[in-house]
Amino acid sequence: MKEKLVVIGNGMAGMRTVEELLKIAPDLYDITVFGAEPYGNYNRIMLSPVLAGEKTIDEIMLNDEQWYVDNGITLHKGKEVVEINRARREVIAADGTTESYDRLLLATGSLPFILPIPGNDLEGVIGFRDIHDVDKMLEAAKDKKHAVVIGGGLLGLEAANGLKEQGMSVTVVHLMDTLMERQLDRPAAEMLKKSLEERGLHFLMGTETSAIVGKDSVEKVHFKDGSEIYADLVVMAVGIRPNIELAKRAGIHCERGIVVNDTLQTFDARIYAVGECVQHRGVTYGLVAPLFEMAKVCANHLAQYGIGRYEGSVTSTKLKVTGIDLFSAGDFIGDENTEELVFQDAARGVYRKIVVQDNRIKGAVMYGDTIDGTWYFDLMRDETDITDFRDSILFGQAHLGDSGHGDDNRVAAMSDSAEICGCNGVCKGDIVKAITEKKLFTLEDVRAHTKASSSCGSCTGLVEALLAHTVGGDYSTAPHLKPLCPCTEHTHDDVRATIKREQLKSVRAVMDFMEWKTPDGCSKCRPALNYYVLCAFPEAHTDHAQSRFINERVHANIQKDGTYSVIPRMWGGGTTPQELRAIAEVAEKYKVKTVHVTGGQRIALYGLKKEELPGIWRELNQAGLVSGHAYGKALRTVKTCVGKEWCRFGTQDSTQLGIDLEKLTWGSWTPHKFKMAASGCPRNCAEATIKDFGVVCVDSGYELHIGGNGGVKVRATDLLCNVATAEEVLEYAAAFMQLYREEAHYLERTAPWVERVGLTYIKERIVEDDKARREYAERFRESQKYAQTDPWAERAEGADQHEFTPLKVIG
Amino acid sequence: MQASNKNVSAAGDWVEVGKLDDIPQLGARVVRASGGDIAVFRTADDEVFALRDKCPHKGGPLSQGIVHGKRVACPLHDWKIQLDSGEAVAPDEGCAASFPVRVEDGTIYLSLTPNEGCPNK
Ligand code: SRM
Ligand SMILES: Cc1cc2nc3c(=O)[nH]c(=O)nc-3n(C[C@H](O)[C@H](O)[C@H](O)COP(=O)(O)OP(=O)(O)OC[C@H]3O[C@@H](n4cnc5c(N)ncnc54)[C@H](O)[C@@H]3O)c2cc1C
Ligand code: SF4
Ligand code: FES
Repeated sequence: MKEKLVVIGNGMAGMRTVEELLKIAPDLYDITVFGAEPYGNYNRIMLSPVLAGEKTIDEIMLNDEQWYVDNGITLHKGKEVVEINRARREVIAADGTTESYDRLLLATGSLPFILPIPGNDLEGVIGFRDIHDVDKMLEAAKDKKHAVVIGGGLLGLEAANGLKEQGMSVTVVHLMDTLMERQLDRPAAEMLKKSLEERGLHFLMGTETSAIVGKDSVEKVHFKDGSEIYADLVVMAVGIRPNIELAKRAGIHCERGIVVNDTLQTFDARIYAVGECVQHRGVTYGLVAPLFEMAKVCANHLAQYGIGRYEGSVTSTKLKVTGIDLFSAGDFIGDENTEELVFQDAARGVYRKIVVQDNRIKGAVMYGDTIDGTWYFDLMRDETDITDFRDSILFGQAHLGDSGHGDDNRVAAMSDSAEICGCNGVCKGDIVKAITEKKLFTLEDVRAHTKASSSCGSCTGLVEALLAHTVGGDYSTAPHLKPLCPCTEHTHDDVRATIKREQLKSVRAVMDFMEWKTPDGCSKCRPALNYYVLCAFPEAHTDHAQSRFINERVHANIQKDGTYSVIPRMWGGGTTPQELRAIAEVAEKYKVKTVHVTGGQRIALYGLKKEELPGIWRELNQAGLVSGHAYGKALRTVKTCVGKEWCRFGTQDSTQLGIDLEKLTWGSWTPHKFKMAASGCPRNCAEATIKDFGVVCVDSGYELHIGGNGGVKVRATDLLCNVATAEEVLEYAAAFMQLYREEAHYLERTAPWVERVGLTYIKERIVEDDKARREYAERFRESQKYAQTDPWAERAEGADQHEFTPLKVIG
Repeated sequence: MQASNKNVSAAGDWVEVGKLDDIPQLGARVVRASGGDIAVFRTADDEVFALRDKCPHKGGPLSQGIVHGKRVACPLHDWKIQLDSGEAVAPDEGCAASFPVRVEDGTIYLSLTPNEGCPNK
């Protein structure tokens, strides 16, 4: 009979140990796992992105329940072990489930430390540790406004950022006077605080919490100095404490954690322990990299190979707040025996400090640009003598021996044993081997085959650079920022900035100036460039028809059989008998195959031959119908409901408002298509809350909503603000559209754009800064002067004739 | 003389189809022939190529695509087709028949007899 291995805790360390064990000794044990949480095993690190709305729970599952079945593992999920009977070699769960073991693995993780202050058990006071906590926070964010996060360390800041992304107003209370004092020195911490404040977080530094008060649930937080603030959610993120109660009760020797030796055995030789619950050589850990190292060694001993020892880990830290790059490792403060090398560029927001002793790196802190973090970390762990390049070390690895060819060279220069993925302990050599042997081309492939970049994701840039270096050619080279397309190394933002700075007014001028790698771009970059020059210089750019997708080039939508569709504009979804008659006549005369009422409140004609288009347009024009731009990355439709004029619930004239919005914005080109709607009351019949810009009329005025999307990934809008008059609605719409036009990437809808830059940022530009809003709106109106000509009328008059006639007809 | 050379018409059936300037650079025009439409492309450096106006994928009209280098991106699903051979660029597979063309003094001559190699559907 097989020996029985029981694992208590199905978290990251426990399950990693089981995975490692299955790799080397798949048939040795009958494995049973107890997990107090009601799921398979998930990537706890990614709870922060889940809270920030960047990932879903499904996306962070590591091993679903099927995995346990497939590997013959019995999973007791949702069952907490309450007793270990070492004499009978049994574990007993709260519900009475009992299992016997030959070997036992403890992987119970840790628990959030809850401050021993009055009110710490009130409803609305939580830690940040598991899915349950995240669910509670998301729930609270729905209808509550004020969150207080106690603790300005890694966890606290990630929680605060996530809650802010969820729309709460967040105050971080920190006992010390700088943030993340265990990972950052003062200058880096100040830079971090400044950028978090710019994103809308509030801080109370050097402040000690004395009590949490409230009747049934939290209402206020009191501080030692006598002050207080309102709160309807309090997140305690002041630290973690190894979860050792169970082991202690079973008489297993514990100090701060469960004490283990270099083979991860506790004082009871049948019982092993890994993860945050252990104390090894006096140290407890709170990051995954060391736990994964423990898992490897522990699995090796469970497999009875008896080789390998765990000798402790050196750790480094990164913060997972999108858009903020920081890195720290080792002793970054230093003392009288060490020297400091410091580089600071406040304008670019870059700071680096390296602490050196006897020409060896003892620690490093970086803020802003962290690409060299891994390099410093390796130099530190290998205790490399840096005498030879000490004077240039602050400029990074790219500076060594080349004239700045950047990250490609940087990864090339790394040794095969350099660690790329800290979470999973994957070295450059492993990745390169997998790429070449298994012929991998994408980041996803590399993740699947090596696990690199699959935990917290902060090494993604390096993995991409390695891919680029190993696969060569087509793969993008810049690790942090994605190039616009393979024809260039420049990013969207780079290109947009350069166009403005250098006054580049045509696609050709941009490609020449920015040294495009292909002679005339491709179907991805040319339309983007054409839009960018148009947006930057509405009056003076040269439009390049051949850089537009066919639909925009001929102002109709190509269909699967090569015919075209025609959709005229119906202002605010309204039409007239005269217009309907004209459509009917055209449909009959040109034998239109399908007449369809679109999802955008207008009528579409399908199956038209290209040659016929100008004629059809001429006839539609005569009835007053103009192009609906249903084919363009442009303003599409403004849906409305009948509103106050007819509806018994209507609060404002949503129909007229929709017409006015459409008259204001039609003809404008945008990074991706742009849709609007105006509903007459919160019943919202025009579906304004899944539009790029939506208006919901209310008694007191108008709610303005932004960033909604139907389509592939549905996203409900964020509330931008309320305004009182229809004039303001128009101004805000123009300003919002212009901000989007000027800053989004080509083919990025408002929904992902809003998520990328943050609602707070958009509010700052459009709502809080009256002057900025007026300027955006003014630029929008200015560019509309050049955009609002009906392209159909021009072509009916003979423009672009070559598009609509064959070169020659033979036979 | 090889029949497959794109500038040589084996059949000698050259037809004058128009002027180079009738086609925009990085653009295409269609020649309507009894055997089906033929797309005539003009590159940035004024090379001219002719392909059956039917994408090997699902028959999209290549004449409506975006021309770049010696390739055209099909308007329907963005396959890239090589203008000189009619072959789809890997990883896609398939090809569109190509036709001999030549330009003399700014006038384009096209042969309706396709080059060998790709099926002429
Ligand atoms: C005609 C229409 C369907 C209909 O017959 O009702 C339609 C037809 C097409 N839609 Fe749509 N969409 C139409 C309303 C919608 C709506 C509903 C709406 O606007 O209220 C949506 C969801 C709302 C949204 O956009 O958030 C919609 C979401 C999409 C998407 C997904 C967009 C996304 O962000 O996920 C695509 C794909 C894309 O744009 O890349 C798409 C793409 C297309 C394309 C352009 C596909 C293509 O490239 O050929 C279709 C063009 C057919 C044609 O020739 O007209 N269509 N499409 C509707 C035209 C409305 C109009 O009057 O202009
Ligand atoms: C929000 C957040 C962000 C983080 N970000 C990072 C990061 O960026 N980088 C990094 O390296 N680390 C990060 N960490 C830390 C990392 O997640 C932990 O170090 C790691 O998960 C610890 O693994 P573990 O297996 O020891 O414990 P856990 O993953 O906590 O697993 C322990 C499991 O055991 C279960 N359990 C406990 N007692 C019992 C019992 N008696 N019976 C049954 N089951 C029991 C628990 O319910 C839990 O599921 C983060 C942690 C959090 C909470
Ligand atoms: S849903 Fe839209 S894109 Fe899909 S088939 Fe219908 S019209 Fe075409
Ligand atoms: S038909 Fe050309 S790519 Fe699909």
